[in-house]
Amino acid sequence: MFCDVCKSKDATVFLTQIVEGKMQKVNLCEACSKEKGVNDPTGFALADLLLGLGAAQEIEKNPLGIRCPVCGFSQTDFKKTGRLGCSACYDAFSEGLSGMLKNMHRGLIHTGKIPSRLALTLIKDRELVSLQQGLEKAILEEKFEEAANFRDKIRSLESEGNRVEEGTQAVSEADPLSEQNRLSLIPKIEASPSPKSKKKP
Amino acid sequence: MKLSNIIANTGEWLSGSGPHDQIVVSSRVRLARNLKGKPFPGWAKKAERVAVLEEIRGAVIMLPEMQEAFSEKLEDLSPLEKQVLVERHLISREHAAKGVGSAVVMNTAQTLSFMINEEDHLRMQAIRAGLQLDEVFAMINQADSELEESLDFAFHSELGYLTACPTNVGTGMRASAMLHLPGLVMSEQVNKIINSVNKIGLAVRGLHGEGSEAMGNLFQVSNQTTLGEAEEEIISRLNKVIYQILEHEQNARQILLQQRAETLLDQIGRAYGILCHAHSITSKEALNLLSFIKMGVDLGLFPCGNRLQVDELFIETQPAHLQKGLQAAKLGSEERDSLRAALIRTKLKKMPEPEIGKIPTTSTTAQSPTSEES
Ligand SMILES: [Zn+2]
Ligand SMILES: [Zn+2]
Repeated sequence: MFCDVCKSKDATVFLTQIVEGKMQKVNLCEACSKEKGVNDPTGFALADLLLGLGAAQEIEKNPLGIRCPVCGFSQTDFKKTGRLGCSACYDAFSEGLSGMLKNMHRGLIHTGKIPSRLALTLIKDRELVSLQQGLEKAILEEKFEEAANFRDKIRSLESEGNRVEEGTQAVSEADPLSEQNRLSLIPKIEASPSPKSKKKP
Repeated sequence: MKLSNIIANTGEWLSGSGPHDQIVVSSRVRLARNLKGKPFPGWAKKAERVAVLEEIRGAVIMLPEMQEAFSEKLEDLSPLEKQVLVERHLISREHAAKGVGSAVVMNTAQTLSFMINEEDHLRMQAIRAGLQLDEVFAMINQADSELEESLDFAFHSELGYLTACPTNVGTGMRASAMLHLPGLVMSEQVNKIINSVNKIGLAVRGLHGEGSEAMGNLFQVSNQTTLGEAEEEIISRLNKVIYQILEHEQNARQILLQQRAETLLDQIGRAYGILCHAHSITSKEALNLLSFIKMGVDLGLFPCGNRLQVDELFIETQPAHLQKGLQAAKLGSEERDSLRAALIRTKLKKMPEPEIGKIPTTSTTAQSPTSEES
C-alpha cells in the first residue's frame, strides 16, 4: 500500500477519522507523516490534512460533550479516531451515529446472522409475538379452526425451545400464565394436524 | 507447530485450485467480533487486552479445525515474520504493527487465520484459491458458530455484531476476491469498471497502488457495507459483480488477441526477456512483468504445469519473503532488488522456453464463465 501523499513510498501510518460525518482513511509513509506532523495518530486531526489547517478546530466548535457511561469514551475521542470505545458506546452515541450509519450502510437494521444463544430469544420472541397476535385476532373473529392452528404452532415452538435450551434463560420470557389463559379459551376441537412450522435458520 | 514450518509451504489459497482461478486468484471472508462488556482493543488497557487475548485464544485453539494450528503472540514474532504473514494475506498490516496483547492463530493449510486484538477483539478469516466465496463463508461461519458456544460476542438487537469501527457493524463481514485483470488494464477499461462497481456499494481497489496503477494488475473487490443486508445477500451481490468483471476480462483478452495480437505477444515476450536476464529489479517492475507472464500462461503460450511457479513468484518476490531464508540483518532495497532478480532468473530458467509468437487458438483461452462450470 502506497502513501497517499507522495504515492511512492510504502505507507506505515494508517489514519481513520470521522471528518464531517464521513469516515476518512489516509495512509502515510514515515517521511510524509513526519512532514504533516502526525506524531500520534490518535491525537492528530485528519480534517486538517484533508480540508486544510484549522478545519478540525472548526468542527470541534460544537462538541456534544457526550461520554459513554460504561467506558468513558467521548464524542471527541470518536471523531479523532473513528473508533468507538466499547459496545455500550453505540447506545451512548446513538443520536449522532444513526445519521452516520445511514450514509455508510444499506440499512439501519441488521438482518443477518444472530448468535444462537440469542437467536432462541430474539427470533422466537418475534415469532411468538406475531403468532399470539394472530391467535387473539382469530379468537375475536371466532375463527376457531385458525385459532387452533395458531395454538398448535405456539405449542410446538415452545416445546422446541424447551428441548434445546432446557433450564436456561433462553426459554421465552412471555408470561406463561396469561398465555395459558389464552390457550384455554380455545375450544378443544380436533383440527387436522397442522404442518410443522418451519423455523428460519 | 512452528511458524517456520508453516511458511515453508505455500498456502492453500496460492497452491490450490478453484473455479475460475486463472482470473480470480483468491476468495476471502473476514468476520469481526468483540466480547460483550469489554472495551475495544484501541481503548482497552494493556491488562484488559491481555485478558481478552487469553480468553479468545483459549477458545480458538480448541476448535476442531484448529488442531494443527500455529499460535503466537505478536510480541514474540520478529518484524520479518510478521511481514511474511502480511504478504501472504494472513494478517493485516495494522495487526502486524501490534505488540503486547495481540496474537495470531492459523491452521497449517493457511486457510483459516484468527487475529486477536486487531482493531476488534477478534478478526477471523477464511481464504481459498479461485472464486469460492460461498465456501469460505461457510468455513468461517462454522468457526464463528463454534466459538460463540464459549465466547459471548457483543450483539445488538438492531445493529447486529458491534465493532470498534461503525463501518463494520452489523454482519462484521468483509468478503473479497483478488482478481488478475491485465486485459482490462491493457485495454484501458479498468477505471470504468472500478467506477461503476464503486457506485453500487462495492469497492474495487488495486492490491498495491490505486486504479490502473495497480501493481501486477491485481485488484481486490469487496463489500463496503455491512449493515442492512444478510451475509448471504452481500456475498451473492459480490458474486454477481465478480462474474461480470470476469466476463469483461475474458472479452478484453479475446479482443486483444484478435486486434492487437502483436502488441500482446510483444509485451509477454519482453516481460520474459527482462525477467530472464535482469540483475536488479524492483518489486513494482517484477509484479508488472510477472503479470504478463501469468497472462501468457493463461493464453497457453507457456507449456502447461508452470502456473504455480509463476503464481508463487508474485509472493516470493515480496520484500519479506525474499529475506525469510536469510539469517542476515535486514537487507537494503538495492540488495533486495538484486536478490529478487536472481530468484526470478533461477525460477524461470527451470521452465521450458515459451513459444511466444504463436498466436494461441481460442480454445485454450477465455471461455465464458458459464461454459466453464459443469
Ligand atoms: Zn509519503
Ligand atoms: Zn463505551
